[in-house]
Amino acid sequence: MTDLRGKVALVTGGTRGIGLATVRALAEAGAEVVLTGRDEAKAKEAAASVEGAVSGQALDVTDAKAVATLVRAVAKEHGRLDIAVANAGIMEDALLGMIREEVVERTLTTNVAGTIHTVQAAARAMMRKKSGVIIVLASVVGEQGSAGQTVYAASKAAVANIALSAAKELGRSGIRVNAVAPGLIETALTEGLGEDAVAANIGKTPLGRLGRPEDVANAIRFLVSAEASFITGQVLGVDGGLVL
Amino acid sequence: MAEIAGKLREVFVEALDLDEDVDVENLKYRDIEAWDSVGHMALIAALEDEFDVQFDTDQVIDMSSFKVAADMITALQNSSDD
Repeated sequence: MTDLRGKVALVTGGTRGIGLATVRALAEAGAEVVLTGRDEAKAKEAAASVEGAVSGQALDVTDAKAVATLVRAVAKEHGRLDIAVANAGIMEDALLGMIREEVVERTLTTNVAGTIHTVQAAARAMMRKKSGVIIVLASVVGEQGSAGQTVYAASKAAVANIALSAAKELGRSGIRVNAVAPGLIETALTEGLGEDAVAANIGKTPLGRLGRPEDVANAIRFLVSAEASFITGQVLGVDGGLVL
Repeated sequence: MAEIAGKLREVFVEALDLDEDVDVENLKYRDIEAWDSVGHMALIAALEDEFDVQFDTDQVIDMSSFKVAADMITALQNSSDD
């Protein structure tokens, strides 16, 4: 069992799905976890649903100043920040000719800029101790593309690259940065896909099933642990072999 | 500025791991190897902790010397006193 006792973790977008499963996985391993969500009540409710030292706070990751303030407050209150999981993201599907300008703006601002803000702030908080681990949430569609998901896929390709570039910059400061790239995972983001699309994805997945949020959370828990201490700048697929 | 200069010097020395003989008060960004972009982030983090201030991104980018840092911190501390 991974031991994260004494570690302090921040998980953005931690109120449901992969984020909440990650909060649970880190808390089970003994970490103190601060989860965030856009809605304060939902963040506190999600935190209360997890056993362990978990608290919930409101955060809009598109607001760079708010992210910096919250990360700094977490580090100050807990005395450190060891783990940051930049999970907050949105997905709005539209075929190429039907993409509204505001969807492009909203998706890139949340998924790309929001991730950059979180990585920036977390790195700053980790700098003094010259140690820390940052995880960003890419996606299999960022590598493969997906019809109807041009904007989302582009944003996730960018997120994967954030991990690579940040890992190069931050390695000498003892900070590791990795991405996980989930395949089709059973979450609220994917429940509107329809049976045919789900069946088609399962058909292309060698392991023959959809992923579960816990599958991704377990990978994240490994990547933030001491067992992964020589792993940085990687994009780890958690997709049942979908990319093969 | 004189009030914070001593403490500021200590933070610069610690964050950038400077030798004692470095002319810290006249130091500028990229004057020395240690004060590159990564060193800059470590310095910003240390300054925020030690002086209990928060820099916005423009201030982080604009902090080009020890003197500018001193002015910024003085201004931030004065504004929080208002």
